[in-house]
Amino acid sequence: MTHRILIADDEPNIVVSLEYLMKRAGYEVLIARDGQEAIDTIRRERPQLVLLDVMMPGKTGFDVCQELRADEALNGTLVLMLTAKGRATDIEKGLGVGADAYMTKPFSTKDLLAKVAEMLAAR
Amino acid sequence: MLGAPWVVGVAFAYLLLLFAVASFGDRRARQGRSVIGTPWIYALSMAVYCSAWTYFGSVGRAASGGVWFLPIYLGPMLAMILAWMLLRKMIRIAREHRITSIADFIASRYGKSQALAGLVTLITVVGIVPYIALQLKGIAVAYALMTNAPGAPVTDATPWWADSTFYVALALAGFTIVFGARHLDSAERHEGMVAAIAFESMVKLLAFLAVGAFAVWGLFDGLGDLFARARAVPELARLLTLGQGTGFAYEQWFALTMLSGLSVLCLPRQFQVMVVENVDERHLKRAAWVFPLYLLLINLFVLPIALAGLLHFGAGANAEGFVLTLPLAAGREGLALLAFVGGLSAATGMVIVEAIAVSTMVCNDLVMPLLLRTRRFRAAAGRDHTAFLLGIRRAAIVCILLLGYLYFRLAGEAYALVGIGLISFAAVAQFAPAMLGGMYWKGGTREGALAGLLAGFAIWIYTLMLPSIAKSGWWSTGFVEHGPFGIALLKPEALLGMARLDYLTHSLFWSLLANIGLYVAVSLWRAPSAGETSQALLFVDVFHRNAAAGPAFWRGRARVADLLPLLGRFLGTARAEALFDEHARQRGVPHRDALQPDARLVRFVERQLAGAIGSASARVMVASVVEEEPLDLDDVMRILDEASQIRAYSHRLEQVTEELKRANEQLKSLDRLKDDFMSSVTHELRTPLTSIRALAELMRDDEQMPAAQRQEFLDIVVAETERLSRLVNQVLDMAKIESGHAEWHNTDVDLRKLLTQAVQTTTEMMRERGATVDLHMPETLPLLRADADRLIQVLLNLLSNAAKFVPRGSGHIDVRLESDSTGVTIAVQDNGPGVPAGQRELIFERFRQGGDALNRPQGTGLGLPISRQIVEHFGGSMWLRDDTAQGACFCFSLPWPASGAGTNSGDKT
Repeated sequence: MTHRILIADDEPNIVVSLEYLMKRAGYEVLIARDGQEAIDTIRRERPQLVLLDVMMPGKTGFDVCQELRADEALNGTLVLMLTAKGRATDIEKGLGVGADAYMTKPFSTKDLLAKVAEMLAAR
Repeated sequence: MLGAPWVVGVAFAYLLLLFAVASFGDRRARQGRSVIGTPWIYALSMAVYCSAWTYFGSVGRAASGGVWFLPIYLGPMLAMILAWMLLRKMIRIAREHRITSIADFIASRYGKSQALAGLVTLITVVGIVPYIALQLKGIAVAYALMTNAPGAPVTDATPWWADSTFYVALALAGFTIVFGARHLDSAERHEGMVAAIAFESMVKLLAFLAVGAFAVWGLFDGLGDLFARARAVPELARLLTLGQGTGFAYEQWFALTMLSGLSVLCLPRQFQVMVVENVDERHLKRAAWVFPLYLLLINLFVLPIALAGLLHFGAGANAEGFVLTLPLAAGREGLALLAFVGGLSAATGMVIVEAIAVSTMVCNDLVMPLLLRTRRFRAAAGRDHTAFLLGIRRAAIVCILLLGYLYFRLAGEAYALVGIGLISFAAVAQFAPAMLGGMYWKGGTREGALAGLLAGFAIWIYTLMLPSIAKSGWWSTGFVEHGPFGIALLKPEALLGMARLDYLTHSLFWSLLANIGLYVAVSLWRAPSAGETSQALLFVDVFHRNAAAGPAFWRGRARVADLLPLLGRFLGTARAEALFDEHARQRGVPHRDALQPDARLVRFVERQLAGAIGSASARVMVASVVEEEPLDLDDVMRILDEASQIRAYSHRLEQVTEELKRANEQLKSLDRLKDDFMSSVTHELRTPLTSIRALAELMRDDEQMPAAQRQEFLDIVVAETERLSRLVNQVLDMAKIESGHAEWHNTDVDLRKLLTQAVQTTTEMMRERGATVDLHMPETLPLLRADADRLIQVLLNLLSNAAKFVPRGSGHIDVRLESDSTGVTIAVQDNGPGVPAGQRELIFERFRQGGDALNRPQGTGLGLPISRQIVEHFGGSMWLRDDTAQGACFCFSLPWPASGAGTNSGDKT
């Protein structure tokens, strides 16, 4: 079964690289470029996993995650947070709002793929 | 006339009533619920100033001299109203140094000198004895008037053992002892006595007002009637004028006022109630107007009574007894009795307080120092001296009263009461220079005070005392009339030919002249000693220093085991231990045995001891049990310096702590800012790195990637690398400028050329965007001293920003340069979408970019902040003009240097 993955990031070049990466790995890819769009897309398309950037204009990744967890229907979506902010406080905050995993940029593509596979397999 | 038993009975009853009030006051004081803690009591107790003189003497003086009874009360009124702050300083000094008498005050100030203490006591005794005699005479006259038939001689020449006045003196001595010498109080407080004095002040005021009211409205029909009748009689009319028919003697009025004003400070009884018995400094404010009011009230009816008496009895009657004879003559015996009680009250009040005060002085400042010289006394260690001291005090009281009686017998006839009183005033007035000088002049020395006092006293004896004795018949008056040995210039009442002053003013003039003159001259002649200097500092600066917490001028070795028994010897062991415990608690020491025998403790013991035996003797006693190293002037100054240095250090320490706290706060907030900045920078740097890495890995891991895709990715990688290095450069730039480490190469910049250059540089960028640029500049412009490269950087930033946001193909940028007297302004206007209201200030923040995220052109978000920093470095400012219709207009201004503009660029060819 093809898993659907949403890429939520405001940096176009990162989106390009992630899109290519995920598509090559065989996933169906959705794209959102800011927080609100991400939520709407999740609601609409119900992806299994979200690659969520933290620093986005409007709603940040933290806000998106909180909203997801607050919503019964969207509660089960897997969230992998990606961010250039790597301070301990940020990681804790991310896990605190309910992210399933947290990866700092720049990431290794191999690690990212492995993580995504792991998360989807555990479901 | 009343029966003698009646009068005596009433007198005794009244005195017992006074005693009851006093013991009530003492009992409450022991319970800790003092009755004298109100300012009213304090103010009333000051009224002890009004003695038998007020009752009898004033009326007598009014009868002969009209308003000339007034200055004696005017002086104290003025003194209280104008100089109560002086009194406050005195009270503060007395409180801090446990001063118990005037002699103690003066002696303590001038280095705790025993000689001064003794001299002041001597002068006091000699000066006060006539005053006491005056009271006794008053009581005698009053008693005689009450019990003898009118017309009978007032006093008869009975031998002293049959003279009732003698027994009156003894009775008063007994009462005084009971009031004030039952036990020793180290602070010399007599709360019961103060309560009794306040009570009797009320009694004498009410009695006098009653008689006055009777005289005015009982015997006559009111003040108008009285004065009209008086004016009808020529001799009496004279009394109502100021000049008394001979022109107003200003000097005499002034001298009397000043004399009585000084007396309020220098009379022992006044010092006792105003300074020693004061419980709260703040009471002084109330007393400053209540006491003058009291004086006003009690003097209200003096002249009316005098006039009434003269009108009723005719001229030549003994005016001093009018207060009694008027009611008696009108058959109002009850009122006469009341007046008698009032007069008795006035006399006894004065005698009691004065005797207590003088006996304290005699004991502490005359007898004790003499005894301390005898080895036997000093060596009597371990014995309780409290009983011995009490015995001395009681003996002193009896002696003073007997001396008063003696004077009364010998010289009481010659002078009217008033004359005697003034002589006493003039004696105690000699203390004024040493006292007042000591409080305000640090240069006063012991020798100066001694010289001044001796000179003043000597002249007083010569010009007042001796003549009074001569005029009483105990000496030939030859030397008064012709001068000693016939030398006219040395006539006691007309020294150096000054004959136009009356005898009192004359004496006052010469005695105070010699006193002040020698005091100042001798003080200036030699610098004060260490002991005097330290005391001077503590006295004059009493409001700035706390004697207990201030510098302790003492150096040496002491032992607690010696100091505690010493204090116990004079105050009782229990009290001494309690005092030591209190001191230990104040110093933060757990137990009195743990007290270190340092300078502070020694000074403490000395102060406590001074309350019992006077500061001069206390000093001697303490010196006998410790090993003291004599302080010289340098030591005193050094101790003082250390104390003030310590104060200055702790003040500075507080300041530094404040500054450090503030700096710490600043650093913390800067730290936070730095953290935010750092996390922003790392985020900004990591973002392009993420793309680079991801794309590079993608290309590496996929050999089969189509070439076009690979090319696309490589383009992105290259672009992101450029973005990254731009970012790094700008972050470094920003950091350098903000931290002040940037290098600025200032030259004389031609702004016109700069602008042209900037526009030229961006031509390619503009062409690619399809935008046009218009440049408007004045023809000539002075040169500006600035860094040309940095200014180009700013211009390029603004131009490239404009280029990013103008619409493609139809973009228009307008660059305008204007100058005025203050500086130049450059405006870059574009026809893009403009900056939304919410972002107007945001765009100047770091890492913030205008436009929405989707269409955001490539940028670092640092361009504007850096440009602003550069502009502000040159003293200018950058802003976004908010009145443009469309698009954005970024402006910045640069000021001309303060010394005027540079050379005009138009001048250069």
